[in-house]
Amino acid sequence: MKSKIKISCDEATAICDKNQYGQASLFDKIKLNIHFIRCKFCKLYTKQNTYLTRLLGVYSEDAHCGKEKCFSEKEKEQLQEKVEKKIVS
Amino acid sequence: MTTNIIHTLAPEKWVSAYSDYLYNYTITRVSNSEIAKDLVQETFFAGLKSMKNFQGKASERTWLISILKRKIIDYYRKINSTKGKAEVRMNFYNDGENEGDWLEERVPNSWSEDADRHIENNELKVTLEDCIDNLPEKYGMVFKMKTIQGFETEEICKELDITASNLWVIIHRARTQLRRCMEDNWFNT
Repeated sequence: MKSKIKISCDEATAICDKNQYGQASLFDKIKLNIHFIRCKFCKLYTKQNTYLTRLLGVYSEDAHCGKEKCFSEKEKEQLQEKVEKKIVS
Repeated sequence: MTTNIIHTLAPEKWVSAYSDYLYNYTITRVSNSEIAKDLVQETFFAGLKSMKNFQGKASERTWLISILKRKIIDYYRKINSTKGKAEVRMNFYNDGENEGDWLEERVPNSWSEDADRHIENNELKVTLEDCIDNLPEKYGMVFKMKTIQGFETEEICKELDITASNLWVIIHRARTQLRRCMEDNWFNT
């Protein structure tokens, strides 16, 4: 098996994406940094991606506050009726 | 000596007892409130149909969750097979000598320097939300479970019946698309 040091931009950004979750391997990170030497776009991508991760972190905290719409009382009544109908039949 | 509790089913109480619980379980996995409600309803109906198979070993709630899990997998498979590919904007060359390189028109552009200042900005959050909603459905589902809900990789793979490398490809495509969407709709408008 040939393990290649040189990677494409597609592969480099994929490593960067995985790294946002702390799950890129050390070898992956080395390959990514070598890629940066010749590719300013992927370096920029990484910078922006890291920013998005921070933004998503803030967003994710908010999303846990339970603003989601649950079943309304009326919807529950309707659902109850449907279920009862099926129990009888 | 072991005393095994035999659980029983009381379907007339399902809606009041479990609809919120099942809904909350579902909404962390599928993004859309209507779809989540449909899946909960289908779970109750499927439960009624298979009541005779209930052996009483698990609690009623656990049993309903196991039905719901199958409904969520079915839903994921459905969106995975019907749409997805056509909506994905490519960012890299697919083949040829430039394979894997950035497409010229898709390279990242610099964002305005004061991006940090806006991190708590409400409009920015709305834009982010819109961009996430714009992802193809199956990408959105996996991306949110991983990023917003913070599920472990193994957990998502098990629940959606996909491999870890599948998951990372989806995450990669979702994030490149999300970055582009944010650039087009927030940073360089």
